[in-house]
Amino acid sequence: MQYSFIEPPWRPRKGYLIMAADTTAARSIVKMKVDEDKIKTLSPHLLMAYSGEPGKSLSLKDPRDTVQFAEYVERNIRLYQIRNLYPLRPAAAASWIRRALADSIRSRKPYVVNLLLGGYDTATHEPHLYWVDYLGTMTEVPFAAHGYGAYFALSLLDRYHNPEATLEEGLETLKRCLDEVSKRLVVSPSKYKVKIVDKDGVREIEL
Amino acid sequence: MARRYDSRTTIFSPEGRLYQIEYAMEAISHAGTVLGVLAKDGVVLAAEKKVTGKLLDLSSAKEGGYGGSGEKIYLLNSNVIGGVAGLTADANSLVNYARTAAQRHLLAYNEDIPVELLAQRLCDMKQGYTQFGGLRPFGVSLLYAGYDPHYQFQLYHSDPSGNYSGWKATCIGANNGTAQSLLKQEYKDDISVKDAIGLVLRTMSKTMDSTTLSSEKLEFAVLTLDPETKQPRAKIYRPAEIDALLASEGLTKKDDDAEMKTA
Repeated sequence: MQYSFIEPPWRPRKGYLIMAADTTAARSIVKMKVDEDKIKTLSPHLLMAYSGEPGKSLSLKDPRDTVQFAEYVERNIRLYQIRNLYPLRPAAAASWIRRALADSIRSRKPYVVNLLLGGYDTATHEPHLYWVDYLGTMTEVPFAAHGYGAYFALSLLDRYHNPEATLEEGLETLKRCLDEVSKRLVVSPSKYKVKIVDKDGVREIEL
Repeated sequence: MARRYDSRTTIFSPEGRLYQIEYAMEAISHAGTVLGVLAKDGVVLAAEKKVTGKLLDLSSAKEGGYGGSGEKIYLLNSNVIGGVAGLTADANSLVNYARTAAQRHLLAYNEDIPVELLAQRLCDMKQGYTQFGGLRPFGVSLLYAGYDPHYQFQLYHSDPSGNYSGWKATCIGANNGTAQSLLKQEYKDDISVKDAIGLVLRTMSKTMDSTTLSSEKLEFAVLTLDPETKQPRAKIYRPAEIDALLASEGLTKKDDDAEMKTA
């Protein structure tokens, strides 16, 4: 989990968002699990990918508590949806999550979780992507990545990200990123989960 | 034992009614009229002022914050205007609560509160006073004219029981029955803000007791979208602007007529 974690491109005008995450759960140098789903579906049009801070999760915390935080978020977003009339829009959900992390970092035992929040805003018919780290930093971006894989993925995305790309072209760019990570990273993950969110909601695909 | 079922708010009568709530609603139907019309590109609110008189100091209303005289129409949030009918003191407390609720939502989610959610927040509180003993319900009905990206322009009404409902055009306060039937006749589904302003003013002039409409008796507000930013823009009219609007709609009577009335 702390080795590589990738998340690619976003297309405003084409109206979709792709999210990918590796499926390994590791502790220290040991792979514990190779089929972990690190992308939660928070609502019909909202995805959240999460991972621990590379290097820090070992010294500070058990990687399990990234999952604790993700479940805490998942249930609070669900509660909002049950209580109120409509689900939170991506921007509102991102602000709420950022606040939760900002409160956490100022507590006795902070969560060390980085995440990407991507969703399709059904009110304005646009996809949005938010990059959030464990310090409570949040920013809206056209593409983003966390983890060691980010070093390779971001430079490729700088070069190849195209807001006008079709879904097929977007997935092509994603593959480029994943291949580069496999090629260059010392301990590269073997498998990825890929999810897409658009006007029809969330779906998972095989690359 | 005539007052067995109405001395407390929380006790049902044998017919299953809560008399205190019904009395509160009755009090509202004697209050100044508040009228709202939903248009395809905005919402219009108008209200009849009851507290008037030559000796009343209105100097603050001429310049004041968001405009209006602060008796009936309030800005609840940047995307919602509220019109109140009933006890002014109760209304002030509800307006304060609504503004706080809207800011709480802004703090938590960094977005303007959706209009229906704000109406719900107030209704949750109003309902509480129909159930817990020893307290009097709020003697206030509200109209909420608002905008959010979920349902665009919206108009809601809430009453002292904590019920709320969405409307295309509605009226609370004195003569609300007359106004409602006038609105029912004249309302068209694709009405524009410009036409809605005319409809509101004409309906107001027919339902209000006084024959002359002027800024002395009228409050007026419009919520539209800013053509450039696409953000909601609430405008509560100042007295001078109301008089100018009435003149442009041809609803002012001659000055000497007005003087005859007040003399």
